[in-house]
Amino acid sequence: MEFFQLFVSGLANGSVYGLIALGFVLIYKATEAVNFAQGDFMMLGAFIALWLTNPEYIGLSFWIAAPMAMAAMGGLGYALDVTIIRRMFGQSQTAVVILTIALGFVIRFVAGLFWGHEPQTLQSPLAVGDLTIGGVVLGMADVTIIVVTGLLTFALFQFFKRTKLGLAMQASSQNQMAAYYMGIPVKRVQGFIWALSGVVAAVAGILFASKGAIDPNAGLLGIKAFAAAVIGGFGSLPGALIGGLIIGVIEPFAARYLPAGYSQMAPYALLLFVLVFRPHGLFSQVRTKKV
Amino acid sequence: MRIHFKTSYNDDIRLFEDRFTALKYAALLAFAIALPFLLGDFYLGEATNVLIWAIAGLGLMLLTGQTGQVSLGHAAFLALGAYSNLILLDKGVPFIISFPLAGIITGVVGTIIAIPALRLHGIYLAIATMTISILADDIIVLTEPWTGGVVGMFPPTIDIFGFEIERWSQPDRFYYLVLITTVICTLFYRNLLRAPLGRAFAAVRDSEVSAAAMGVHISRTKMTAFGISCAITGLAGALMGYFSGMVNNETFTVVISIQLLMMIVIGGLGTIHGAFFGAFVVAFLPQGLSIAKDWFGSSSVAIPGLETGVFGMILILFILFEPGGIYGRWVKTRIWLELFPFARKDMFKRQKSYLKTERLR
Amino acid sequence: MSLLEIKNATLKFGGVTAVDNLSFSVEEGEVYAIVGPNGAGKSTVFNLISRFYDPFAGSIHFDGHDLLKSPPERVADFGIARTFQNIELFDNASVLQNLLVGRHRHRQTNMLQEMLFTPKARREEIAHREAVEEVIDFLDLQPYRNKLIAGLPYGVRKVVELARALASGPKMLLLDEPASGLSVEETQDLRWWIDDIRKQMGITVLMVEHDMGLVSGVCDRVLALADGAKLAEGTPAEVQSNPAVIEAYLGVGAA
Repeated sequence: MEFFQLFVSGLANGSVYGLIALGFVLIYKATEAVNFAQGDFMMLGAFIALWLTNPEYIGLSFWIAAPMAMAAMGGLGYALDVTIIRRMFGQSQTAVVILTIALGFVIRFVAGLFWGHEPQTLQSPLAVGDLTIGGVVLGMADVTIIVVTGLLTFALFQFFKRTKLGLAMQASSQNQMAAYYMGIPVKRVQGFIWALSGVVAAVAGILFASKGAIDPNAGLLGIKAFAAAVIGGFGSLPGALIGGLIIGVIEPFAARYLPAGYSQMAPYALLLFVLVFRPHGLFSQVRTKKV
Repeated sequence: MRIHFKTSYNDDIRLFEDRFTALKYAALLAFAIALPFLLGDFYLGEATNVLIWAIAGLGLMLLTGQTGQVSLGHAAFLALGAYSNLILLDKGVPFIISFPLAGIITGVVGTIIAIPALRLHGIYLAIATMTISILADDIIVLTEPWTGGVVGMFPPTIDIFGFEIERWSQPDRFYYLVLITTVICTLFYRNLLRAPLGRAFAAVRDSEVSAAAMGVHISRTKMTAFGISCAITGLAGALMGYFSGMVNNETFTVVISIQLLMMIVIGGLGTIHGAFFGAFVVAFLPQGLSIAKDWFGSSSVAIPGLETGVFGMILILFILFEPGGIYGRWVKTRIWLELFPFARKDMFKRQKSYLKTERLR
Repeated sequence: MSLLEIKNATLKFGGVTAVDNLSFSVEEGEVYAIVGPNGAGKSTVFNLISRFYDPFAGSIHFDGHDLLKSPPERVADFGIARTFQNIELFDNASVLQNLLVGRHRHRQTNMLQEMLFTPKARREEIAHREAVEEVIDFLDLQPYRNKLIAGLPYGVRKVVELARALASGPKMLLLDEPASGLSVEETQDLRWWIDDIRKQMGITVLMVEHDMGLVSGVCDRVLALADGAKLAEGTPAEVQSNPAVIEAYLGVGAA
């Protein structure tokens, strides 16, 4: 029984990692940039939802506040692309990486100014109650997180695979200039993808804050989401989710069975292991350059 | 604008372009030597801090700016340098040996770490090195018998053949130690740039295929870059240990790694000047912010995240408007002044370029 | 024995046969061209010689060395230098530095000597620069010596790439489409240069080229490829009049 409970709680945590990793992968797939601030996006999305919902702030209904937070984060993602990221055309991946790390610092600072540094909990209807299946008691929040994450990943996967816009996004990442020539509105596509990743981050944030407390440093979770994205191969949406679930499940088991001091190293050790033996993840997309 | 008539091959190889430039740097060095007589203890400490960050910056610059291998994990090598030095001293090794040895140990470990990292490019390398930096914290705690874990280690007074350097009571002596290290590291770096190895670094950065076709051994070159870079960083780490007066698992966090990388970008990637300019920003930002807070009359309550937030802001502005960093701006200003009034507005216009996939290597 | 000898080389990418049981040899001192329609596998042959690809079967020998036993970095040591179809220069370095990288195979100093810049390092460095200056004179690159590659026009970059290959003092030059994108005048210059490279410097040239004017002007022998296999080999005139070659270029029935 304990095994099963650890497993489900790991899956729920892993879903949040997976959702943040989805944000990484979305942006990587479409622009080949990596948004190191994705974890901080999640934190910001959570705080906006919390600010709209909790009675000590605005006190709206959760069902109104959640879509508003998602819209706000979508808008922010789009605005960031228009004002900052778009100017980075043609600069190296590294420059974008450093830029988004800096962006994360700024977001963390601003969130701290607005909402302080005390951990706070979102008053979410998702977190209420338990579910009992065959004698095992599961938190309702855990189950909701897993279900929502599964649905969202499936929808995004279908979107990239089936719709014209999804294919256009992939094309514009592989060769911007060629995509321009083919009549793909590269800039609009890129703006859309940043908005989409903002929305996904907001969803992740709302789910995360329903389960536990958040503070401005919650975005550091993004590092574990990286591990998830890398294990998934950075180019694959289902891969990101699977990577997230693997990391999420390993954590509670490591904490339970490994000696103290070693357990928190487990996700990172796994990440290094994957990087050394499958340098481009389990679902690799890198090929040799043609000269 | 000066025009050089070169009459021998040595003209191209010389450390300084001409006598005027050499004089400028001689003056700068003289100023640096005179600094302890000009500044009070507090600002001398700040100057020392700038130089230590500059050494660390040189280390990372060699790897990231010169060879194009992004590392978000150099704080781990700072830690390794600091701890190797302190542990060696603890075992009775004299400072004059333990200090260089700390650099060498860090360099060797860096070279070994580079072997699996050779297969990683760009973003993957950045993540791998960042992971090492995160793990370093846990490893320091786990190896507590040597490192002192959370309690940490306290650097003893430096003793070079009976000549004592105590960081707090003799800041001038400590400053000179740091200055000498800085000059030596800078000289090594500059020498590499005018020799085959330095060019091989740049070749690996710009095009691995054609570097290989020219006979540059890619993996060996990258390992060498890692080795030298980590060795310099290790020296900086050892000095940082003395400067902060105490090292434990939280002295060299991953945030320091990130700050170091941001610092060389702000300073100007790929240039020696960049490491120094960046170090100024890192070292003086906290002072600048506290002065600014006084101006605005706000209370002296610490605002968490203010420093990193402002640092992040500065970095974003630089990447957007001056990707060449402070050094890039400096060069442009100088050329503008030299040409005055003939500089054209679009002289430094950047070429429009498009994203090319980095999935192909 | 021939300088370069390729025997029964075969290379497959997935299901596609890029090079199909190809054999040819290049004699010392000759200018040899590989021609063929796009996708015939010309650049792939170069990449085989540079050891960027491993052939599926066959052997490649150069000057008595078995190339297949060497990593890509060793190929330059044997005396093979090359240019690339899409220009692979070191963009953030000056022309002079690019050419000096070409000298890398002659590096005699180790890391320590270079860090301390010992007298030996200085002597070596001066020797490298002498060699490079000769190439700069030869190819008229003086105006661009200290310019960054990133700001140079396309035609000049092509010349810099040729210069970098020459700076390595090779026995054989591999030129991948040296005239593509060049103006008529630039192509004319290139023609004289290739002549001089062979006659004055005694360097063997193997090139891939579409410009048949250039090919028939400078080449001794021509190899026509189609779908990775040999179609014809002989003097430029022979190959140009070969019915199979004309068919491959212009389609069935054109001959």
